[in-house]
Amino acid sequence: MKRRDFIQKTAAGSALVLGGLSLSSFAEPPAKKITILHTNDVHSHIDPFPVSDPKYPNMGGAARRATLIESIRRENPNVLLLDAGDIFQGTPYFNYYGGELEFKLMSMMKYDLATLGNHDFDNGLQGFLAQLPHASFEFVNANYDFKNTILDGMIKPYKTFIKDGIKIGIFGLGIELKGLVDPTNYKETVYNDPLKVAQDMAKTLRHTEKCDLVICLSHLGFMYNNEPTKVNDLMLARNTKDIDLIIGGHTHTFLNKPYIEKNIDGKEVLVNQVGCYGLNLGQIDFYFEPGKMSSKGRIISV
Amino acid sequence: MINLKKYTTYVQRFVLFLTITSLISCSSTGLRNTKIEAKKNAITGDLTEEQKIEDFIAPYRTHINKDLDNILAYAPETFDKSKGKWQTNIGNLLADATFERADKIFYTREGKHINVCLLNHGGIRAIIPKGNVTTKTAYDIMPFENSTVVIALKGEQLKEMADYIAMERKPHPLSGMLITLDANGLVKNVTVQGKPLDLTQTYYVATSDYLSGGGDRMNFFLNNTGSYSLDYKLRNLFIDYFKETDTLPVSTTQRIITQ
Repeated sequence: MKRRDFIQKTAAGSALVLGGLSLSSFAEPPAKKITILHTNDVHSHIDPFPVSDPKYPNMGGAARRATLIESIRRENPNVLLLDAGDIFQGTPYFNYYGGELEFKLMSMMKYDLATLGNHDFDNGLQGFLAQLPHASFEFVNANYDFKNTILDGMIKPYKTFIKDGIKIGIFGLGIELKGLVDPTNYKETVYNDPLKVAQDMAKTLRHTEKCDLVICLSHLGFMYNNEPTKVNDLMLARNTKDIDLIIGGHTHTFLNKPYIEKNIDGKEVLVNQVGCYGLNLGQIDFYFEPGKMSSKGRIISV
Repeated sequence: MINLKKYTTYVQRFVLFLTITSLISCSSTGLRNTKIEAKKNAITGDLTEEQKIEDFIAPYRTHINKDLDNILAYAPETFDKSKGKWQTNIGNLLADATFERADKIFYTREGKHINVCLLNHGGIRAIIPKGNVTTKTAYDIMPFENSTVVIALKGEQLKEMADYIAMERKPHPLSGMLITLDANGLVKNVTVQGKPLDLTQTYYVATSDYLSGGGDRMNFFLNNTGSYSLDYKLRNLFIDYFKETDTLPVSTTQRIITQ
């Protein structure tokens, strides 16, 4: 559109409005709402725990999770459903079907994106690749270099979504595989420093892709009391910028509400993790309004 | 008409905001995040099951349950890891079974025999109840995916292994080795396959890859002179052992003797 036409059309629009001006037409467009739903470390838990289970009696279950997701979707049109890894391993469903059912059910629930956890390598790179056709959603990871493996080109570093005009960028980070996963299962996969990669990713998503919301799907772990120097989600939040939300996994940490950490610039970063085994579904709603970044404070009610 | 008015108002404002915010915000839309709310939704029995998902799972579940319920062997008594100070019937069973099956594979591949098998007490996750032993039993006692490995250790490390067991005071599943403890609970004598331990000889120890990597602080495995992966999950080993065993043997052979 030429600039002159553009102004004219805008002016015409203004004129039309002037004709039937009412108080309500001055109201700002309603705030937009993006709902992030997330799971982590579901570990092939498809059936609910038995009623007799000493720890999680009658909790979890994929069919119940699907009901909850559906009811949230009915109220909220702009949902992104994410998983932070370790989809595989933990019940005979995985031993018998290698992850096929996990991926198929997640596809039926309309998961949008996931990242890889260490246990997703348990049947080797070949085992993961064989199940990928059963997933209608994609996987992201930015710090594993799969160049010399059969997963080359299958895993993107990040993916962007546009929901109601809001652009959301999501990248993935994975834990160091050495010492955690049998080398025959990850082969030539190269692990790169998550902090450095995260900073590059966040910059790309915020400034090149111009995302309104930058999310990291991490399988690094929330924190390690016995190994304070081991890279974790809180360290990631503190040492980077441009990330709004880190959805974590690996440590099976049950957070009742997201942890709020300050990044390098002193801006809040939310870090969340909802335990394991599909016992919980995390939900974070981001509201967007037109206006300057710095004109008003941000309300975080968690 | 009303809709049109709203639409045009919206467009106008949208343009305006773009102009303002393009100077100060990196955002593509000129929108800013003003509020965040969060909650944790528990998946409980109060939620009804989505029928479509439930129907989809059903054939998979039926097949697995049918297979898991396959009767493989018979347990003449309950095998329980909590009964016994230095050895238990389940520990003896699993160590002997692992020794026997790992030895066959190792001898075929490497032409050498296994001398000792050591597993960990903590790794036994359930009892084997008296009665029918099914595939599910194998999943219950061994839910983990650990594989069988053979580790080459000098006699010196086997002495460390004996010291470790004496210090742990736990009935770790053990086969092929006899440890005699003195009145103070310290290692007095060690024999392997009935012969006195030779500190300079190389011995072959079957264990799990979890323990050979130093799991349960079994650090003596780290000072090895060779490591052989059998590409054989411990659970599959147990399943195969159950399949070829009609009635599980109850071994009361002492592996650790106190004086």
